[in-house]
Amino acid sequence: MGLSELRVNSKPESESTSELLRELVAHLSSNRAILREEWIRRITTARLLQAMSKDEIFAEATSVYDSYVEALETRTLEAMQAYAGNLSERIIPRGVETNEVVGIVLLLRDVLARSLFSKYHSDTRLLNTVLDIYEPAANAIAITVAVGFVRERERIIRQQQEAIRELSTPVLQVRERLLILPIIGLIDSLRARQLTEQLLHGIRTNRAKVVVIDITGVAAMDATVANHLVLTVESARLLGAKAIVTGLSPEIAQTLVNIGVDLGKMNTAGDLQGGIEEAERMLGYKVEPMREPLPA
Amino acid sequence: MQVPILKQGPFLIATIQSALTDADIVQLRDALVEQVGRYRSRGVIIDVTALDVMDSFATGTLQDVANMLRLRGAETVIVGIQPNVAFAMVHMGLTLDRVTTRLDLEEGLDHLNRAMKSAFQR
Repeated sequence: MGLSELRVNSKPESESTSELLRELVAHLSSNRAILREEWIRRITTARLLQAMSKDEIFAEATSVYDSYVEALETRTLEAMQAYAGNLSERIIPRGVETNEVVGIVLLLRDVLARSLFSKYHSDTRLLNTVLDIYEPAANAIAITVAVGFVRERERIIRQQQEAIRELSTPVLQVRERLLILPIIGLIDSLRARQLTEQLLHGIRTNRAKVVVIDITGVAAMDATVANHLVLTVESARLLGAKAIVTGLSPEIAQTLVNIGVDLGKMNTAGDLQGGIEEAERMLGYKVEPMREPLPA
Repeated sequence: MQVPILKQGPFLIATIQSALTDADIVQLRDALVEQVGRYRSRGVIIDVTALDVMDSFATGTLQDVANMLRLRGAETVIVGIQPNVAFAMVHMGLTLDRVTTRLDLEEGLDHLNRAMKSAFQR
C-alpha cells in the first residue's frame, strides 16, 4: 500500500481494484445463504456428488464457499490448496470422481458470476472491471482444487502400487537353508529389480544355499526381464547360493533360448515340486513317508 | 593398505579390510601365490565382505588368483560378496565364472573341508 500512496494524483489503479475487490467480497458474503442454496441446487440438478448425503453436501458446500470467498479476499491460494488436499483426502475414498470435483467448483464460479451480472448489469463498464478482477482469481481457484484433487489421487495410487509390490514378492524359507521365491503376475523391470534385491538380501539373512525361483505364475516376459532373471541367478551364485528356476512356460522357455542364455549356468526344473526335490538332494535331505498314507 | 594373510591349518585366509588400490590387489595376488607354496596350503579363502565396490580390475585379478592358485595346487573360495555388489558385478558381466563363491567365511571353510575330505577318500 505504500506505493499507491505515492501515486495519489495519477488515480492509482490498485486502489480502485482493491476497493472493488472489497465490494465484491462484501457482496458474496452478504448473499452467502442465497448463493450457497443456489449452488447446492445446481449441484443436485447436475447429479454431482451422488455418493454423498444432502447434509454432507451442505456442510462441504459451506466450507468450500467460505474458503472460496476467503481466497478471493486475501488473493492467496495457500489456504485453498490446503483445503483442497484435505477435501480430496476425505472424498476420494467415497468414490468421488475428478469430473465431479471440477464440476462443482466450476458451478460455484458460474453461480457467483451470474450474481455479479445481475448486480452490475446496469453498468457494463463496471461489470467488465469486476469480471476482470473476479475471473482470474476464480480460475486460479478452480485450477488449484482440480490439481489438489488429482495430486491426492496420484499419491493414493502410488501408495497402493507400493503396497502391491511389497505384497507380491515374498521370499520364503521352506527348509533350513532353502528359500523359495514364488513370482506371480506381470514382471516389469522395476519389479524385477525389486525381486532381485529381496532375493539377494533373503539369501544373506537366511544363509541360504539353494533358492528355488518359481515362475509358474508368470505367463510371459520380455527379453529385458528374462535377461534380468539370468543376472539374478548369477548374482545368487556369487553369494554362494544355487538357484533353480522352475515352472517355465513354453513362451518363456523360447524367450530364454532366443536371447541365448547359457543354460549350463542356469538350473531349471519342470515344476515347483521338481525344483524343491532337486534342492533337497543338493542339501542332502532325503524325504520319505513315515508310514503308509492314511486311508482317505 | 596391505591385506593380512592368516594361516589356518591347511588353508590361507586373506581378509580384505578396506577399499584396495590396484597395486594392493596385485600385491595380494603375488603374496598368495608365493605363500601357498611356502605353507603347502590346499585352499585359500579371500573374504571381500568389507568391499562395497568390485570393479573389473579387482574381479579380473581375483579370477587370475584363482587360476594361478589352481596351478599351484590350491583351491580358491571367494566369500562375503555383498548382495548389491553381486548384482552390480553380474550386470557388468563380471561373473567370476570359474571361481567358487560362498556366502561367508564359515561357508567357505566348510566347502574347503569337504573338498579335502573327498580328496582323501579318492
